[in-house]
Amino acid sequence: MLYFQIGGDDRISDVRFEGSGCAISVASASLLADTVIGLNTADALKYSSTLVERLAGRTTVDDNGEGINLGKLRALEGVKEFPSRVKCATLAWHALNAAIHGASQPTTTE
Amino acid sequence: MNKHNIKLPDRVDRIVDIANCRADFPAFSQEINGHPLTYLDSAASSQQPAIVIDTVAEYQRHDHANVHRGVHELSHRATEAYEDARDSIGTFVNAASRREVIYTSGTTESINLVAQSFCRPTLKRGDKILITHLEHHSNIVPWQLVCEQTGAELLVAPIDQQGQVDLDTLLALLDEKVKILTITHVSNALGTVLPLRKIIAEAHRRDIPVLIDGAQAVPHMPIDVQDLDCDFYAFSGHKMFGPTGIGILYGKEAHLEKMPPYQGGGDMILEVKFDGTTYNELPYKFEAGTPNISGAVGLGTAVDYLQSLGMDRISKYENELLAYLTKQLQTVDGIRLIGTATQKASVQSFLLEDIHAHDLGTILDRQGVAVRTGHHCAMPIMDFYGIPGTVRASLALYNNKQDIDALVEGLGEAKEIFSG
Repeated sequence: MLYFQIGGDDRISDVRFEGSGCAISVASASLLADTVIGLNTADALKYSSTLVERLAGRTTVDDNGEGINLGKLRALEGVKEFPSRVKCATLAWHALNAAIHGASQPTTTE
Repeated sequence: MNKHNIKLPDRVDRIVDIANCRADFPAFSQEINGHPLTYLDSAASSQQPAIVIDTVAEYQRHDHANVHRGVHELSHRATEAYEDARDSIGTFVNAASRREVIYTSGTTESINLVAQSFCRPTLKRGDKILITHLEHHSNIVPWQLVCEQTGAELLVAPIDQQGQVDLDTLLALLDEKVKILTITHVSNALGTVLPLRKIIAEAHRRDIPVLIDGAQAVPHMPIDVQDLDCDFYAFSGHKMFGPTGIGILYGKEAHLEKMPPYQGGGDMILEVKFDGTTYNELPYKFEAGTPNISGAVGLGTAVDYLQSLGMDRISKYENELLAYLTKQLQTVDGIRLIGTATQKASVQSFLLEDIHAHDLGTILDRQGVAVRTGHHCAMPIMDFYGIPGTVRASLALYNNKQDIDALVEGLGEAKEIFSG
């Protein structure tokens, strides 16, 4: 479970997670929390899409030229060697997208 | 020798050592990530011996044509191969007649066939279908579908912490509203072996027919459907060293005779007219369209291969290996065995400390050890234990003690990685 606190100024003021997941999903959620706290939702979404595209092998950009530099998140790249585990890394980010867009159903990576 | 002049392995020198059979399986001559392949995932799908692979290839090279319809030589060869395989398979499970042996695409289709063709026509609101908490999704969802379609109710017999079915409750649930009891022979997630003869006898005392999901049983022990007296028995080729895409539904002739067809099409008819079509006799009534002929040939060959080894000997060998697996796993500090019934076959699920099953599986894969991780298509069992999934090691006749040692060593690696 991922919890996001988004203030009236559209900034993500807090991120927490709880539950059991594999090491990759937990690491990804942890890195997500570090990355998006303090960001506005638009920038958070840009990080999310850049990372997901990169993990899916659809881009090699880690700096999208709009001030989004993946930095620490590049640690997640190793997951590309384990195709069956890519979803573990992207799950938290899909949840972020869903939360920002106000979804009410649990998020999946499908 | 089988009809394709492919020699079955010489059994004389194999009388005492099932473990030597590993050499019959080409998959084991490869390395995975720099390690010999340790394949402990036969419950998901088994490896095929060279004779199955070669016989299928020979069929495709020299004997292929469509079955049942042609007057030419190749069509005769194909039909003979297909029907001879049916006879071998029928003998393997001791079906009373070849009319009771239906080819399907696998256990899942077999079960759907029974749900739609045996149950659905007469099921009504207030009727019940009884399964157990051990069932694989393939023996749950077809019944949920038919219950939605008819208004019938699905009941579930509970299990205990060891993964055994609560027999008293199961028997108590067998009342006059239950129209079918459909249960697994061996649990794919926990390895539990159900006491089928007793359960079937009790169900029959109450006139309740019984379908058995035998997918995880047929590769590991002798099956005698007449001795079990089950009404239907379903299993898959790819779990028993045959190809994917082929399986069997055994059904008592009296039932199959009365059941309407499952799928319509060619071959399951005698005569087609727009003002009325008559259906073919058994077993063809339930085999619409061009079948998976090469799959059937492969399954028949797999059956011949198993018969040459003897299911009793395979069963004895695997039981000893399972005892070793259980014992060795218990030497790993922090191991939690899941599925500890007194009667088990082939399978041991486990967790290690609080390491997620997928992580264990990935680390083991790096050592060439193939196990399955997750819910094993048995989510209700995972819910029962309150866990997202397990690591499952499953044994087949080609496994040996070194495989188990490699698994335990891999678990040691995993502990190291996660203890840092």
